[in-house]
Amino acid sequence: MSYLRGFYLLLAVALLLPIAFPGSYYVTVVGVTAALNAILAVSLNLLMGYAGQISLGHAGFFGVGAYASAILTTRYGWNPWPAIVAGMAATGVIAFTLARPILRLKGHYLAMATLGMGIIINIVLVQAGSFTGGPDGLGGIPTLSLFGWRVNSDLRWYIVIVSVLLVVVWISLNIINSRSGRALRALHGSEVAAEMMGIDTGATKTQVFVLAALIASLAGSLFAYQQAFVSPDSFSFFFSIELVTMVVLGGMASTYGAILGAVILTFLPELLVVFEDYEVMIFGAILMLMMIFLPQGLFVGLQGLVRRVLRAKQGSERGAA
Amino acid sequence: MLDQILQFLLTGVTVGATYALVALGFAIIYNASDVVNFAQGEFVMLGAMSTIALSAGDQGLPLWLAAICAVLLVILVGMLLQRFAIAPARGASVVTTIIITIGASIFLRGVALLLWGKDIFGMPHFSGEEPIQIGEATILPQNIWVMGGAALLVLGVHYFFNHTLNGKSILACSCNRTAANLVGINVGMMMLIAYGLSALLGSLAGILVAPITFTSYDAGVMLGLKGFSAAILGGMGNPMGAVAGGLLLGLIESLAAGLISSGYKDAIGFVILLLVLFFRPSGIFGKASAERV
Amino acid sequence: MKIRHTFSALAAAALLGLGSAQVAAADSIKVGTFLAVTGGASFLGDPELKTLQMYVDEVNAKGGVDGRMVELVHYDTGGRAKDAVKFAKRLIQKDKVDVIVGGSTSGSTLAVMPLVEKSRIPFISFAGAVKIIHPVQKWTFKTPHTDAMAAAKIFGDMQRRGITKVALISGSGGFGKSGRGQSLQLATQYGIKIVADESYGAKDTDMTAQLTKIRDTDAQAILNFGFGSGPAIVTKNVRQLGIELPLYQSHGVASKKYIELAGDAAEGVRLPAAALLVADQLPDSDPQKAVLLAYKSKFEAAHGPVSTFGGHAYDGLFIALEAIDRANSLDKEKVRDEIEKTNGFIGTAGIFNMSPSDHLGLGIDAFKMLEIRNGDWTIVR
Repeated sequence: MSYLRGFYLLLAVALLLPIAFPGSYYVTVVGVTAALNAILAVSLNLLMGYAGQISLGHAGFFGVGAYASAILTTRYGWNPWPAIVAGMAATGVIAFTLARPILRLKGHYLAMATLGMGIIINIVLVQAGSFTGGPDGLGGIPTLSLFGWRVNSDLRWYIVIVSVLLVVVWISLNIINSRSGRALRALHGSEVAAEMMGIDTGATKTQVFVLAALIASLAGSLFAYQQAFVSPDSFSFFFSIELVTMVVLGGMASTYGAILGAVILTFLPELLVVFEDYEVMIFGAILMLMMIFLPQGLFVGLQGLVRRVLRAKQGSERGAA
Repeated sequence: MLDQILQFLLTGVTVGATYALVALGFAIIYNASDVVNFAQGEFVMLGAMSTIALSAGDQGLPLWLAAICAVLLVILVGMLLQRFAIAPARGASVVTTIIITIGASIFLRGVALLLWGKDIFGMPHFSGEEPIQIGEATILPQNIWVMGGAALLVLGVHYFFNHTLNGKSILACSCNRTAANLVGINVGMMMLIAYGLSALLGSLAGILVAPITFTSYDAGVMLGLKGFSAAILGGMGNPMGAVAGGLLLGLIESLAAGLISSGYKDAIGFVILLLVLFFRPSGIFGKASAERV
Repeated sequence: MKIRHTFSALAAAALLGLGSAQVAAADSIKVGTFLAVTGGASFLGDPELKTLQMYVDEVNAKGGVDGRMVELVHYDTGGRAKDAVKFAKRLIQKDKVDVIVGGSTSGSTLAVMPLVEKSRIPFISFAGAVKIIHPVQKWTFKTPHTDAMAAAKIFGDMQRRGITKVALISGSGGFGKSGRGQSLQLATQYGIKIVADESYGAKDTDMTAQLTKIRDTDAQAILNFGFGSGPAIVTKNVRQLGIELPLYQSHGVASKKYIELAGDAAEGVRLPAAALLVADQLPDSDPQKAVLLAYKSKFEAAHGPVSTFGGHAYDGLFIALEAIDRANSLDKEKVRDEIEKTNGFIGTAGIFNMSPSDHLGLGIDAFKMLEIRNGDWTIVR
């Protein structure tokens, strides 16, 4: 199927990277962070890019998943796997309860409501110290193991998280190219028009919202096991905004764009460290410039560029012939 | 108990007055250009920080002169932001402009970090620090400066939009850009004025509160967030609603800290905000708008 | 997030010719550090970094440790635990450092500890929480006094003044929360009852609501655990409300900046702090005096008023370098053993005597109780 072409390319790249650069810090450490961010960005993109619903609270769901796994395994001695499921269940319930009233809101009001939701979750994580460990966080989280295969090295975590990313991308691509995906895109275009066509916009939006929250929760659990430590600052509204930036930067309504955005925003700080005090300023400037000159996002912008170059090449070849 | 509540109310109004000024800045830009300017908090920070920098040391300017220069400087920053970051991206989606202003806020913070470092700075109080008794409650002279300054600015903005040609022209631009252009309004100029006005409000707010709250290069983040919340609470398209939203948010936080739990006061503020939105999706004073198809 | 290699080592070696430069570089001691140089905890990370850079340069100018040059590799975490873990991995895997010092905040220290233990690399933290060294982890050490010691010192002073009822107010950051927890736990041992327990956010600008509540309790003193602008605002608000109770701050405000911000309101405030702040007031017989004055004058010549936080970095750096010197090798296991054997090391925080059961090695007497008088620190005797 044609829409899976990019997916196979992604699969190949993911497989080749650790073989081409064995033990590289940029692949197995930064790469894992990038892959985790990509999972979050792809899920957020389902909501933002396709359903057209902005969310500035995605880090909240990420946090609920992470803390559910952290608390259940360290304080109650649960096995990590059921803890992941419990975390997703809890997140699903929260998301489902909030979906209807929140998604009734539009534009900036929706942005504010989701932002508020994320911040409330974060305040609870900070204040409910006897449960969550407070701002200093919660440590000693056990790692995952799969039929006796313990995920205890950077390379193994690369395998696990990249596999999850591939599954999430595959799900995302299939949804977008299904009947409900077309309904989603209709939603983004115009809600009123979508409703006229007989799409239950409320139900569709709720489904996507809950699905995005579930994926974020799963990512959160993986993050908790990978780091063996969670603290509230990893789930602050700054991170929510970073995730939105990834989606927009890469290019809304494009799964690959979301991945590209996540990769760029994860690697950019790694490269900018050499600028010391200038780093913050440069980061802000890059962000502004990219959005001003490529408002459709990098992925779309790059696609356009490649097409232009190809066309120019063809043109010149034809001219030569 | 009553004494306590009086103190909570006074505290709430002071904090709320700051939120109100920041929220008003949000509302003006939103009204003029449909953009939510997340760099609004940075205007507040820049106002306070540049006043302090200009008045520092033996060679420094007197405080009032430094403040005037700082305000002019921030107005210039606001206009540059409009001209070089917002205007070129016209027609971009809502989230794209949000990211641009977030980028701008990070950029301005980065510049402030370079210029003034990471220290926290204080500013002298305008008229002493002798507390004023009101019943059993006390406030500082500076609190009166903040409340009075905010009241004057709000009245000024109200007058500007309702009784001057430029003010009405900006409102016309926000209603319909093309139509405004056709009746001979210089839309670009009006946008510059709106951003300049918003920057003026932000920087003055920063200068008024700095003696009480101190300031640092990253002081704008929280104020921006609270100001945005206040603007939404009041209703984004309504400048006076934003002011009311600011005062209300300040009062909620102060009463929640005093009567319920200081640890959860911010959470209580946001819960109330969410509840308001659930029942009035366009804020308390906002008009329900029909979506354009 | 920044990096700073101190290239002087390489530059010095390069003078000897390219071939030997590589040998010298391979032989240099690589000290890795991750600090909160920006963000909410920058008042910790900033002086820490300046101290490390200053002294690494000094050590190298004097010929290094056993002829080996010291190379400092630094990253800024912005105070975020997630970034601390990432950069600790970068230090260990990519930069291959020999020892790690740093971790300005307790949160970022606790976050990297599992990694440190797994990677088996000596790590000296500059963060306060007692959880870092209790229970003892094999590879982790720390140099600042614990928050439990600060609380104990404060309660001891209160006990002497006959105070039995205390109102607690704390910041909602890691430092405030951890100090609050220790205070609640220790109070009863000193016959003290906590009659109010309030908190405020890191960027809050007005605490009069919380303090109004405290005013109406029967508290005999107020204790504030926090850092940054919060404690200065609390101090001013206390005076504004006309509260005459003694005000105690924690070691989180142990820098001149606090006195500058709080102004007259800070008069009479007491806090526990390392002797560094009052070095010139110590008797000449005090063994710490020479070390303190040397550090203070060096720091102040370059960067302005000294804080105790930079001092923690001084202590950590030299405990590590002296251990490497004694071990006469860069073998991580040997260096770790030598750090654990640190005995009689005179630092800025006190005299360190570490052992397998104590990875801090400071007693409560390393703290001095200070009072602010006439805009300066004085020792309470």
